Amino acid sequence: MEDERSFSDICGGRLALQRRYYSPSCREFCLSCPRLSLRSLTAVTCTVWLAAYGLFTLCENSMILSAAIFITLLGLLGYLHFVKIDQETLLIIDSLGIQMTSSYASGKESTTFIEMGKVKDIVINEAIYMVSI
Amino acid sequence: MVLKAFFPTCCVSVDSGLLVGKWVPEHSSAVVLAVLHFPFIPIQVKQLLAQVRQASQVGVAVLGTWCHCRQEPEESLGRFLEGLGAVFPHEPWLQLCRERGGTFWSCEVTHRQAPAAPSAPGEDQVMLIFYDQRQVLLSQLHPPTVLPDRQAGATPASTGGLAVVFDTVARSEVLFRSDRFHEGPVRLSHWQSEGVEASILVELARRASGPVCLLLASLLSLVSAVGACRVFRLWPLSFLGSKLSTCEQLRHRLEHLTLIFSTRKAENSAQLMRKANTVASVLLDVALGLTLLSWLHGRSRIGHLADALVPVADHVAEELQHLLQWLMGAPAGLKMNRALDQVLGRFFLYHIHLWISYIHLMSPFVEHILWHVGLSACLGLTVALSLLSDIIALLTFHIYCFYVYGARLYCLKIHGLSSLWRLFRGKKWNVLRQRVDSCSYDLDQLFIGTLLFTILLFLLPTTALYYLVFTLLRLLVVAVQGLIHLLVDLINSLPLYSLGLRLCRPYRLAAGVKFRVLQHEAGRPLRLLMQINPLPYSRVMHTYRLPSCGCHPKDSWGALCRKLFFGELIYPWRQRGDKQD
Repeated sequence: MEDERSFSDICGGRLALQRRYYSPSCREFCLSCPRLSLRSLTAVTCTVWLAAYGLFTLCENSMILSAAIFITLLGLLGYLHFVKIDQETLLIIDSLGIQMTSSYASGKESTTFIEMGKVKDIVINEAIYMVSI
Repeated sequence: MVLKAFFPTCCVSVDSGLLVGKWVPEHSSAVVLAVLHFPFIPIQVKQLLAQVRQASQVGVAVLGTWCHCRQEPEESLGRFLEGLGAVFPHEPWLQLCRERGGTFWSCEVTHRQAPAAPSAPGEDQVMLIFYDQRQVLLSQLHPPTVLPDRQAGATPASTGGLAVVFDTVARSEVLFRSDRFHEGPVRLSHWQSEGVEASILVELARRASGPVCLLLASLLSLVSAVGACRVFRLWPLSFLGSKLSTCEQLRHRLEHLTLIFSTRKAENSAQLMRKANTVASVLLDVALGLTLLSWLHGRSRIGHLADALVPVADHVAEELQHLLQWLMGAPAGLKMNRALDQVLGRFFLYHIHLWISYIHLMSPFVEHILWHVGLSACLGLTVALSLLSDIIALLTFHIYCFYVYGARLYCLKIHGLSSLWRLFRGKKWNVLRQRVDSCSYDLDQLFIGTLLFTILLFLLPTTALYYLVFTLLRLLVVAVQGLIHLLVDLINSLPLYSLGLRLCRPYRLAAGVKFRVLQHEAGRPLRLLMQINPLPYSRVMHTYRLPSCGCHPKDSWGALCRKLFFGELIYPWRQRGDKQD
């Protein structure tokens, strides 16, 4: 059985929570984070390139422009591979353990599995609602 | 607890038969190791299982039946399979069934004794977990590091269910020795049933390694016996041996080679990895050294180097002379005390003169020395780098001497100043109680003390400037030597074999497992796929790093600054065998 609800995070991006019920001993919760927005990407790229162009007009060295392009590409790849999380999943299997998966925007998936014997107790962390007055 | 059945993926499409494996009651899991096909004679099956149990210390037994047929099992087959439960009594008795070509499985568990509480039939009684037998057999679990504040009493005696599964599969190699081409009373299906995996080269190497290791081990013991003889214990050879980093590196490498060629077999996998990493490190070292050797000896580069060395040493000495002339004048606009300045300047200039004469004396032999030093690169790049570091230390010996003179003078001055400053205020250092006490001085004591204090205070800038300049030079040389040592350390301690294994066969080094839920239908048992989660590179480096020479800076930055301020001599690298402070 699948069930989907959507929420929004503090910045206004759309979060989607999917709950899957496979069997009485196995459930999965899947949270999808807002995607990388084109607006922020364009803003960062334009800032970096304008700064590089400013330096270029000062130093008259075209290596600065190539370096800026290189840095932007590497930074984007690094951000997508190490920072930008696309989806987080929690899989709970009765008497086996709990598995948490984070999948990044570049496709990388990092999984942690904790055996049931190592789980001591459950802590519920309250959610925080931000209100603007 | 839900019953977990671990089923190997290689047996998913084999013919019907009996399930052979181990039952773990604490975690309510059944680890299926192989499938035994019809026809069989029960006595022979029981004999085989008893043999396997004795050889591998794993409690293998018949766990149940496996049915892979065209459609749902007919009544007669069903009763036959149930009847088998009477021949091989096992509690609980598993019955797995799969349609040929179908995706969904069915599973029934029968308990001989009535269970304490009635459990719901069907789906939430059993969970099927598929695992790749070859990967689980070859991999090694690295459990997460236990926190250091856990008490020793609270040991993880209840090893996790997964560690038990890995252990069971790893220890049941005896069961996997019979394959399809083996003529025996029973036919088993497991990951090696298509034919046992082996390699001719590996087997040949294994046979040849015995005598080769014996020969090399005896040679190495001869070398270490020569090295340990009494001559080397006497001063000055022992002093040189402890100070030169080349000797240290050679000793380190000898230890490594002894480890590799020792005839004792590695007891556990950690020792095996250590041996393999050491071999990889030595091979890389020698390969890089030979590359360096071929580069040096080609196109008479050694000749060029030797020709360039003496002028460079001359140039350095000349620069030092200019520096001293500058200090003797009015450096950076500061006004020095003329007399002291001249004395110190002339003293150091004379030393430089001695040094230049010494270099000129050595210049005809430089090329030969360099040629022989270049030959040492065939022992390894680390040896060549250590030699380079030692040569730098020898060539900048005069800078070291100047630093020591400047530091001692400055240190004396500072101590004198602090003691006379206390006298100036009417206090005294009480050695017995290790504290500052007030003291009444006589008038002439006070007079002389104040006079000396004034003299030392006004001579302080000159001495301090010389000390500063030579300390900076010494720190520069130490930094260069430090970089070389860092490189040597890197080559020494990099676990190349483990990193290569992590890159090419990631399932061999497992940090844990990960599960994936396969296609599920209501009413059928839940099916999961268990895959190996490889160890991240940072943990590979941390776990399998080889122990290095141990030359780490022994002072923290704060302690270093304090020593510099008070003029104490700094020896940045702690040598092995130095007494701990």
